[in-house]
Amino acid sequence: MDGFGTTTEGRRRHRAERLASGVFLSMTALLILPLAAILGLLVMRGAPAISLEFLFSEPLRGMTAGGIWPAIVGTLWLVGVSLAVAAPIGVLAAVYLNEYARESWVTRVIHLAIVNLAGVPSIVHALFGVGAFVLFLNLGTSVLSASLTLAIMTLPVIIASAKEALAAVPMAFREACWNVGATRWQTIRHVVLPNSIAGILTGVILQVSRAAGETAPIMFTGAAFFLPFLPASVHDQCMALSMHLFTISTQVPNVPAEIPYGTALVLLAVVLAVNATSIAFRVRLRRRRKW
Amino acid sequence: MDRQGVRTRDLCLWYGSFQALKSVSLTIRHGQVTGLIGPSGCGKTTLLRCFNRINERIAGVRTQGTIEILGHDVYAPGTDLIELRKRVGMVFQRPNPLPLSVAENVLFGLRVHGSGRLAPDVVEGAVEAALKGVGLWSDLKDRLRTRATDLPLEQQQKLCIARLLPLKPELLLMDEPCSALDPAATSRVENLIRELRGTYTILIVTHNMAQARRVSDECIYMLLGEVIEHRRTEDLFINPSDERTARYIEGRYG
Repeated sequence: MDGFGTTTEGRRRHRAERLASGVFLSMTALLILPLAAILGLLVMRGAPAISLEFLFSEPLRGMTAGGIWPAIVGTLWLVGVSLAVAAPIGVLAAVYLNEYARESWVTRVIHLAIVNLAGVPSIVHALFGVGAFVLFLNLGTSVLSASLTLAIMTLPVIIASAKEALAAVPMAFREACWNVGATRWQTIRHVVLPNSIAGILTGVILQVSRAAGETAPIMFTGAAFFLPFLPASVHDQCMALSMHLFTISTQVPNVPAEIPYGTALVLLAVVLAVNATSIAFRVRLRRRRKW
Repeated sequence: MDRQGVRTRDLCLWYGSFQALKSVSLTIRHGQVTGLIGPSGCGKTTLLRCFNRINERIAGVRTQGTIEILGHDVYAPGTDLIELRKRVGMVFQRPNPLPLSVAENVLFGLRVHGSGRLAPDVVEGAVEAALKGVGLWSDLKDRLRTRATDLPLEQQQKLCIARLLPLKPELLLMDEPCSALDPAATSRVENLIRELRGTYTILIVTHNMAQARRVSDECIYMLLGEVIEHRRTEDLFINPSDERTARYIEGRYG
């Protein structure tokens, strides 16, 4: 044997190594492709439609012209109301599960329910919404019914992510509190919540973008095909971006192509903007946390 | 001088079916530092955690017997854990200041026990007194707003002790309070423990026999959940009466 030079066998192994890392890299790079393609297509074909007038005016001539203002406003209503319902319930439930509940068959059943609720397809949520809110509670097809349906859909994920954020607060802080005689509630209010609120909000915001994008749950419960007026209360129906996109792409003939693409671009921009906010929160949280 | 200390009688504790404490009966003298030594798993930390009933959070824990602090059984049915923990403070192995300012850490106990806002002069007085009590005042008096979790470990641990003082505790429980600290810091914290004796009854768990010898007035040697020997520290180390204690302090096992 002379020195540490590469042998034939060694060269073969180096080749295999380069091949492996190349394959892994290309698979990872593949992930970016769909997003880039979607964005590129939407911007290319939708951008010509975007103008202040498009954003702030009503659809005209059977939705083949005009803007999408009622749909934007409707989406804000739906997301806002569903969040106002789901966020407090979800966060408080997560606080109970993480801070108060002891491990027992009841909590196991609750966890099982949360996991399974999260897995229910959105169209099933929609049918439930029709049955429970529109018909049984007699709320009619309205912003309220649609928002409640969205709330039920987002609730399990809000609970799960809030619980995770709470669990990330070190146990030592809680012990420190209990050992000076703080109650659970004092511990939660002074220490646990202030240190997990950014994480909790991140989870909640991510559900905003999900609620904004869903079509099925609002289709039968409150989103209208076309409405010449904006909702004045939660008992009115409303339009919504996702629903509007579905309508003009599949239900209405002779829509100029840039209108659905423009609508999709606006919807995507809303969702990405919301996600960006949540990422900003997380970055802030990481910088603040120093334990 | 003859104030009543802390007394346990036939204290037994089970984790499920495992008995971690076997009929522990002790009298811990008021105002003294009592060291708890013994090999890992001997039950010394479990015993320590009985005094403020923090063990009970673990599922499957069952306790029998009594612990008297200030003449009252802490396991009596009417005991309010909030009041108990006010009088029995605990210092942990790993310093655990809250992610709040130095001053807020010290005031935390007063805040959770008080109703309404604290008067500004109470706040200032309490912070100064508690920090002076642990020798941190001159170091930290200009940094009361610093986040406590950013302090060096030694200051964090002293602050954790200071946090207990405004509540005027009777008993301080220390679970290996120096094991996360370097030797110089350890020595300064040991000095602090010696200074606190007299005012507070201190119970300290340690793996470090030299430390037990340095800081404690009396020492308790435990093995397999039983108290083997409880005597004045110098007697226990120089002239142990039990063969098992002798073998442990000579370092032949444990």
